[in-house]
Amino acid sequence: MRRFQEVSGVAFAACAAEALLAVTLAVGSGLADDKIQPPADGTLKGVADFQSIGEPSARSRALFTEAAKVITGPRCINCHPATRSPTQGDDRHPHRPPIQAGESGMGVAGLNCHSCHRFKNTSLPGSRVGSIPGAEHWLLAPASMAWQGLTLGEICRQLKDPARNGGRSLADIHKHMSTDHLVAWAWQPGAGRRPAPGTQEVFGALIEAWIATGAECPS
Amino acid sequence: MAYSLNVNGKNYSVDVDADTPLLWALRDVIGLTGTKFGCGVAQCGACTVHLDGQAVRSCVTTVESAGTAAIMTIEAVGSTQVGNRVQQAWLEQEVVQCGYCQSGQIMSATALLNENPSPSDDDIDAVMSGNICRCGTYPRIRAAIRQIAAGPGFHRRRLR
Repeated sequence: MRRFQEVSGVAFAACAAEALLAVTLAVGSGLADDKIQPPADGTLKGVADFQSIGEPSARSRALFTEAAKVITGPRCINCHPATRSPTQGDDRHPHRPPIQAGESGMGVAGLNCHSCHRFKNTSLPGSRVGSIPGAEHWLLAPASMAWQGLTLGEICRQLKDPARNGGRSLADIHKHMSTDHLVAWAWQPGAGRRPAPGTQEVFGALIEAWIATGAECPS
Repeated sequence: MAYSLNVNGKNYSVDVDADTPLLWALRDVIGLTGTKFGCGVAQCGACTVHLDGQAVRSCVTTVESAGTAAIMTIEAVGSTQVGNRVQQAWLEQEVVQCGYCQSGQIMSATALLNENPSPSDDDIDAVMSGNICRCGTYPRIRAAIRQIAAGPGFHRRRLR
């Protein structure tokens, strides 16, 4: 009953969307963990910026740390939560309404992600949220790919582990990061949302260079 | 641009922009006003309809994204076996208070029971917590869904 009670405690005015959002967006403010901070700005260094680091393993770690500005940014990490419920916004507050991933990662019987998230972003002019994000196959990352609450090193080692990364090789990881349409959404997140830093092209190049230098992980 | 929408088994031509919310097409163009506007940003569930049997929030579902899906609204859900049982249980449990959110509540409850004929309390909460009721009818909504799930034969097979 807890989840139901949480909702019933939200003051709701049927025709006052802005008032509703002010309440709902205030719920659960604060970061879900304090190990990882979202990038402070929208910049992402390119591979060339790391050529001055002569030692390959050190360069590899630096490349991953830069790429992690994207990975740990809110556009990506909100759907790689520690629990089976997504978070929202730059402050990673709990998703409103409350949503559970279910076994499919796409919601539970009767309420799935596509109930609200359609095949592309839905613009909501004049609203506080700006838009409802959307893309084909919108879904939560599997539990084995949870990132929230992990250090950069832990995320890195998880990414490389086929037992936890969906059986992907490093080449598969590069392909996913550089071409997948859900990853691409992070740079076209719709009105009301800050895009991931840099571009997917630069991000993909960082991942490729990280792999080429040994795919070393931060400690 | 003209779009053809299949609503409650009938085809309607609606001349609207692609990004027009389905809710507006249903209410303002087709004239089916049983589906309600609540928050307009998918936070309350008052505008819930079914697309090919799946519950969707029509305030954030564009006419374009509805495509050729079979759309069902509160006006027709009572003609399905599960929808009829939901409405009867709603009456027997006297769920409704002001009633504004209840078309969305019934559409969500029907979507839940269509896919999960014997939901646990956690299953009920997981789906129905997406529908807000300012009157606080939640305990009676839960009781009504439990009543349907416990009904004769219901948990053993899916009804449509």
